[in-house]
Amino acid sequence: MVLQEIRWHGRGGQGAWTASELLAKAAIHAGKYIQSFPDFGPERMGAPMRAFTRISDNPIKMHCNIYTPDVVVVLDSNLAKTVPVAEGLPEDGVLVINTRESPGEIREQLKLIGHKLWTIPATEIAVKILGRPITNTAMLGAVTSATGIVDLRSLEKAIKERFPLKIAERNVEVLNVAYRKVTPE
Amino acid sequence: MATITKQEMLALSGDEAIAYAVKQSDVDVIAAYPITPQTIIVERISDYVNNGEMDTEFVCTESEHSAITACLTAAAMGVRTFTSSGSAGLALMHEILYVTSGCRVPVVMAIVNRALSAPLNIHCDHTDSMVERDACWIQIYVENSQEAYDSIIQAFQIAEDPSILLPAMVMLDGFILSHTLENICVLSNEVVQKFVGTRQIPLVRNHEGKLVPFKLDPENPITMGPVSLPNFYLEQKRQQEEAIQESTQIIKKVHNKFAEISGRRYGNGLIESYHLEDADIAIICIGSTAGTVKTVVDQLRARGTKAGLLRIRTYRPFPTQDVIKALGNVKAIAVMDRSHSFGSQGGPIFHEIRHTLYEVPERPYITNYIYGLGGRDMPPSLLYEIYEDLEKILKIKRVENPVRFLGLRE
Repeated sequence: MVLQEIRWHGRGGQGAWTASELLAKAAIHAGKYIQSFPDFGPERMGAPMRAFTRISDNPIKMHCNIYTPDVVVVLDSNLAKTVPVAEGLPEDGVLVINTRESPGEIREQLKLIGHKLWTIPATEIAVKILGRPITNTAMLGAVTSATGIVDLRSLEKAIKERFPLKIAERNVEVLNVAYRKVTPE
Repeated sequence: MATITKQEMLALSGDEAIAYAVKQSDVDVIAAYPITPQTIIVERISDYVNNGEMDTEFVCTESEHSAITACLTAAAMGVRTFTSSGSAGLALMHEILYVTSGCRVPVVMAIVNRALSAPLNIHCDHTDSMVERDACWIQIYVENSQEAYDSIIQAFQIAEDPSILLPAMVMLDGFILSHTLENICVLSNEVVQKFVGTRQIPLVRNHEGKLVPFKLDPENPITMGPVSLPNFYLEQKRQQEEAIQESTQIIKKVHNKFAEISGRRYGNGLIESYHLEDADIAIICIGSTAGTVKTVVDQLRARGTKAGLLRIRTYRPFPTQDVIKALGNVKAIAVMDRSHSFGSQGGPIFHEIRHTLYEVPERPYITNYIYGLGGRDMPPSLLYEIYEDLEKILKIKRVENPVRFLGLRE
């Protein structure tokens, strides 16, 4: 696999950086080279923030933000109304959005042109299984299903390393439900 | 020749990589005060000490001035010490940095580069450590977190070498490296401990003419850092200069020795040339930006442009002859400075390079870019612009604007 660049959009506290880290750690388990870093702005609950993941078969030399991502993941569809989430995403780039709406509805609402659009009701899944609207593991399941960027087993391993057993088990469930439930356009 | 040993691949941030290297290096005393973006180093080390993973005296001080003083005095007793800081914290240490090198005490310090106020800014630039370039500390600037890990381990061996006995600082870019997760290959504890060994204390002649260990020891009293009047101060400073010049050989030697066990090299330990042999145009820089420049060079080479990069790894001692040799055939050079010497023509690396090239019979065109102050990102697009500028300079055969601020909002 050549270099894959993923940009995450979320709000402070939603876990975009955690999602980016989990994906990177899973990719290391799969034998890849990685980078994961947040947009180092002021960290405030609820404020729009970004995180970045690079995954490659070769050592990654670059040390700068991601300007032309291959994949964009949006943890909060409301954010897409004010933040240019698709900026720099090429015509055939993958865009995964957390929303209850269908890809067609969200495309119209956001006036999106191009891109491979996928939607996932991540908040609903998270609330149902975790009891809290923390959507990072749901979005990881969705993005893995949409791109095949890492395998589910590596992600499960990364989740189990990160969280205490009970929480990890529930997040693995979220991951798998989201993996099956994500909808392409 | 040693063989490359088995290593473990971890996902660590730059700060975590530094703490991991320190944990393995058998450090006796650590005194530190936290400052963003260095805080994680101090946090991890205090976890290691608390969990019993390190047999180290950890001293929480009330300021950076005290932290470096505690390291200086502990190291004067003959033990291995480490501290870490950046930005205002390093500025507060300024006075004691000179005392440390003047006492010939080999403290090792990690600097997580951060801008100086005002305006308040917690992000990366190199102003904080460039201010300290004349303090007679060895200065190593790393490109990535793997190199940060490797360089900390090397720094103990370099600083403590009985022919050098000077403090050393290892610089990594704040946030860009300190807070970014990367693949880090770590050596086993045993291999690192064997590499760093125990601190060697040379013998010196005391006031009675007796040979005694060069450390503060009530059994064999000596004086360190006494008053020195105009009759001897000059000679002491000259000795420091000889030691730091001599350290270029030790830095190369330790770098080679480390490469034998790790399989990792960073040029010759002083500079790293990237496609310079036949380059017409080249960028010179330090730190993490060098990695991004390498990817741009790869692209330009694929298009047939003879572009190259020279990364300065060791800024002090400055590897003058290595730089002259490496730039042999380059016709136009852009020096990138992530700090500025206000009121002068350009940044500190530009000064150094232009000064170095004065001796070359056919001097290349040379230009300076001040960039990334306060953490402004350095995207590939701006690096392409620099190489385009250099091609233009070759075409019109003159430098129109020798010092520019790159990527300004205009």
